[in-house]
Amino acid sequence: MAPPSSGPRRRSRFSPLTRQVFLYLFCLIPAVSDIAQGMANTLGPNPVSVCLHDFGRWAFRFLLISLAVSPLKRFVGLDFMVYRRPLGLLAFSYAALHVVFYVGVARHFDAHVLWKDFTSRPFLTFGLLTFLILLALALTSTRRAIIALGRRWAKLHKLVYVAMILASVHYAIAFKTWHTEPFIYAAIAGVLLSLRLVPKAGKRTV
Amino acid sequence: MAVYRYPRPASSDITPRRLFFSRRALLGTAVGGVLAGGLNSGMAQADAPVAPSARGCPAAETPTPRDDVTHYNNFYEFGMEKSDPAELSGGFHPRPWQVQVDGLVEHPQVWDLDALNARFGHEDRLYRMRCVEAWSMVIPWQGFELGALLRAAGVKAGAKYVAFTSVVRPSEMPGQRGGLFSLRWPYVEGLRLDEAMHPLTLLATGVYGEALPAQNGAPIRLVVPWKYGFKGIKSITRITVTDQQPPTSWNQMAPDEYGFYANVNPDVDHPRWSQSSEQIIGEGSLFRTARRPTRLFNGYAEQVASLYRGMDLRKDF
Ligand code: HEM
Repeated sequence: MAPPSSGPRRRSRFSPLTRQVFLYLFCLIPAVSDIAQGMANTLGPNPVSVCLHDFGRWAFRFLLISLAVSPLKRFVGLDFMVYRRPLGLLAFSYAALHVVFYVGVARHFDAHVLWKDFTSRPFLTFGLLTFLILLALALTSTRRAIIALGRRWAKLHKLVYVAMILASVHYAIAFKTWHTEPFIYAAIAGVLLSLRLVPKAGKRTV
Repeated sequence: MAVYRYPRPASSDITPRRLFFSRRALLGTAVGGVLAGGLNSGMAQADAPVAPSARGCPAAETPTPRDDVTHYNNFYEFGMEKSDPAELSGGFHPRPWQVQVDGLVEHPQVWDLDALNARFGHEDRLYRMRCVEAWSMVIPWQGFELGALLRAAGVKAGAKYVAFTSVVRPSEMPGQRGGLFSLRWPYVEGLRLDEAMHPLTLLATGVYGEALPAQNGAPIRLVVPWKYGFKGIKSITRITVTDQQPPTSWNQMAPDEYGFYANVNPDVDHPRWSQSSEQIIGEGSLFRTARRPTRLFNGYAEQVASLYRGMDLRKDF
């Protein structure tokens, strides 16, 4: 049996961009699958609701995963930094699908109803704010934007922490009764966010 | 006994629907056909859906496909997802079953389900069903009027309300196991006596011409078509006539969201959903839901509005 290699990891045959695009496309499978099943009428009596909910959960999960990238590198030594951007864009893409399914498919772009929704239903206000942050981050995720914004880019993208908190609240209060899953997800989010508070300077014992 | 002529949902009182050619439309038509052929009353015939004409006339109000009626349920005793009740109710035993009728009645009695069926029989009622979550169905129930049972029990003077209790069987109902944040069991509901005696108020024992499946509230449940669906307590074990307004489960859970009356009302907003319109289950496409405006008392205002004369429906929601 070959001994575990201790040297630098084998270089991929594929360029970073290719790997990013591949990851992004691969992770769109749940969306494609839901939409295909929805069109084939195999998602049950309310396919729109299934899609809405699935997309919301995927958005949340990809937001979590994208926030796990830097702690993984810092504390575990696993470097997936090249995948952080596609993971963030996946969170945004699923959030966008989720929002389109609510605003368009379910609510028929009814401005009157939507205004009332966003101004008087707290869970939707939290959802909207989360989405606006993700939108801003997605729009400034290009190389051009990074260069143009300079130092301010890093500051702006710290908003992802706020998005994670807002999304956790949106998820927790989205249902008629308290569900367990949102709290499990929120706990994971809490851990990932607290890891940011661990001071960078000095010796670490981890 | 005179047969109560209840208002059937008719083509004239619904908003025209867009025509569409999906599996659902076909299913609706097919099931409607079965209904018309399979039930003994003339009602089914009258409400058999009219095939959409090529010119795009609105179709008659079609019963929601049976599959949707039996696979899209809120029955938290089995789980919180709409698909849970159908999937997780396999271990539930709706037979044998007893219903205790007690409280302020002349003849308190524990009824066996078969005795109830034998005594009160059943008739067909095609009712609209409006969920507080802003979706709706049209459901062909079979059952008997709650009023008939209450009259047989002999309601005593001084009675004002009727309290209902559902079943607690954690071994057969997975939603009743654990669930720290869930509703409290048993599920309880209540009606004012005049609401309970109203001829529209039904104790349903069947749907689509068959005994109620577990997920729809087997073997006997309440149907109050002008109120939000959660008032329709399922798997009833006890009916108590009382002089006190009884506690109701959702109201206990969130009093600001779910009132005791829970009358369908497009003008009384729910904190989570606009109640001004509703999604029609079994229609629409993946890219556009079918919706229609919600009507006061779910379209049964003519029959029930008088019950609430002088009441502030915003306060007593
Ligand atoms: C304008 C923005 C948004 C709107 C209008 C919106 C709307 C909704 C609605 C209507 C629900 C279903 C609640 C119910 O069952 O009654 C929901 C659930 C949910 N949303 Fe959002 N949302 C928004 C943004 C977001 C964002 C940005 C995320 C994640 C990053 C998200 C994650 C979720 C999750 C995880 C659920 C629960 C799904 C489930 O487990 O069933 N939402 N949202």
